[in-house]
Amino acid sequence: MENFRIILTDKYFWDSVYNTLGISFLKLLFEFVTPILLAVMIYELKDGIFKKTVQTISYMPHFLSWIVLGGMLISWMSTNGMFNSILKSLGLITEGRNILLDADKYWWIASLSDVWKSMGWGTILYLASMAGIAPTYYEAARIDGAGRVRQIWSITLPLIKTIIGLNFILTVSGLLGSNLDQTLVLMNTQNQPRAEVINSYVYRMGIAQGDFSYASAAGLGVSIVSVILLVAENKLTSKLNEQSVL
Amino acid sequence: MSQKNIRFGGDRVFHFVNKLLLTLITCIIMFSLWNIVVNLFSSAAAVASGKSVFWPAEFSTANYKAVFSDTSIWNAFLISVLKTLIGVVCHVFFCAMVAYGMSKEYLRGRKLYTVMGVVTMFFSGGMIPTYLLIKSLGLLDSFAVYILPALFSYYDMIILMNFFRQLPQSLEESAKIDGAGYWRIFLTLALPLSKPALATIALFHGVSQWNDFMTAKMYILNEKLYPLQMKLYEIIVQSQMASMQNPTSVEITTTSRGIQLATFVVTTVPILVIYPLLQKHFVSGMMIGAVKE
Repeated sequence: MENFRIILTDKYFWDSVYNTLGISFLKLLFEFVTPILLAVMIYELKDGIFKKTVQTISYMPHFLSWIVLGGMLISWMSTNGMFNSILKSLGLITEGRNILLDADKYWWIASLSDVWKSMGWGTILYLASMAGIAPTYYEAARIDGAGRVRQIWSITLPLIKTIIGLNFILTVSGLLGSNLDQTLVLMNTQNQPRAEVINSYVYRMGIAQGDFSYASAAGLGVSIVSVILLVAENKLTSKLNEQSVL
Repeated sequence: MSQKNIRFGGDRVFHFVNKLLLTLITCIIMFSLWNIVVNLFSSAAAVASGKSVFWPAEFSTANYKAVFSDTSIWNAFLISVLKTLIGVVCHVFFCAMVAYGMSKEYLRGRKLYTVMGVVTMFFSGGMIPTYLLIKSLGLLDSFAVYILPALFSYYDMIILMNFFRQLPQSLEESAKIDGAGYWRIFLTLALPLSKPALATIALFHGVSQWNDFMTAKMYILNEKLYPLQMKLYEIIVQSQMASMQNPTSVEITTTSRGIQLATFVVTTVPILVIYPLLQKHFVSGMMIGAVKE
């Protein structure tokens, strides 16, 4: 119990809780929406080389590890890296600086790079279930005078509702655990106040520094948050879909 | 999609914007990947000064040579290959065994096993308890830690179980009449018939084994057992430290970045080579898993 008391007054622990929630929220926002958008866009394409190329290339980043991607990000974001070079050649900035050292930008880097990595892969399930939609729906809608946007809104999206709900649950339950690899690579002494998540804090306290009891007490925080999230989202989706996953 | 007779002006705009956006997204991804290749073949100094973005500046293969002469990287490569191969074979076989049993409706206690499995999909014991468990099992600093904890996954089991259920029941019955036992049926009937599902699981697990570095980071201290990803992580951390301590020294940052880039390629190329060959499989495999859910 002593450990819990210390944790509740530990500033670093609360920082990590705050960062975990913040980064997870941004990731959820982007990572849940972009694959649906992308899948709808790919679905609208004619079968052919263009469609195949888009799919092949957008799946590819999923197969890179966070270590490789993190290392790439570090060099892109560095003072003379690609990112600064492009901004300079566009005339947006005059002096390059290391973006990863800027703590305030870390949340965006973390969530956007994660979207870059997983966006294409996330479309597979949606595309698979869209392939099962009967073309007659679209024909009927066209005769009634519905444009493409209207058809997507009223036919495609409602018909993949179940898969969307399922994916929502899988995304949320994977969120809290997914931060560790990324954080360990991208975190440095400068951005640490905004980069430390509960998992990396537990790792550093427990395994790197050997304070097992303190770290497992902190780790319990992760479990509690994820249980709350899971129950909440199960309620939410069962209300929306009239079926629960558990 | 067959209904492409465009009747409305709005639709034409829609398709144009759609293609434009998709091209943009693809270009961003492609360009980022291309940039790694460019940097790899540029001299380290050109990379550090930000000259090579679209095309290699000062073509050089020094990065490659630095990596290929480093024996510890070759050792890490070997460990990665071994852990991926052994891990995949064991994982697929183990999951298939459980899935075959679970695919039978008359298995006693099936409900209980299902609940036990589903719980593991959503909750885990937490990092520290897992570490202590691994430690008390004596798996710290041993090659087995790559294989044993990853032996079973309930998610993969579900995909395989759904596949086994679709196999024709009569086939199995006729085998039974001919005197085949469960083992025989499993090995010579069920497994060969489910090759697509097995290939999918093998691919997914293979990629996660190849890319995994947390296992090594948590449980391995002996550098001889480091896989490629862990080795790469060390190189990145070291080069970051070096460039932070001596931000002005171009030499330190450039050489380590060169090695870093070359290691990226050693790490990524195997996956990119296998990837186009297997793309068809994993798409169909995801569908197998999605059918019953």
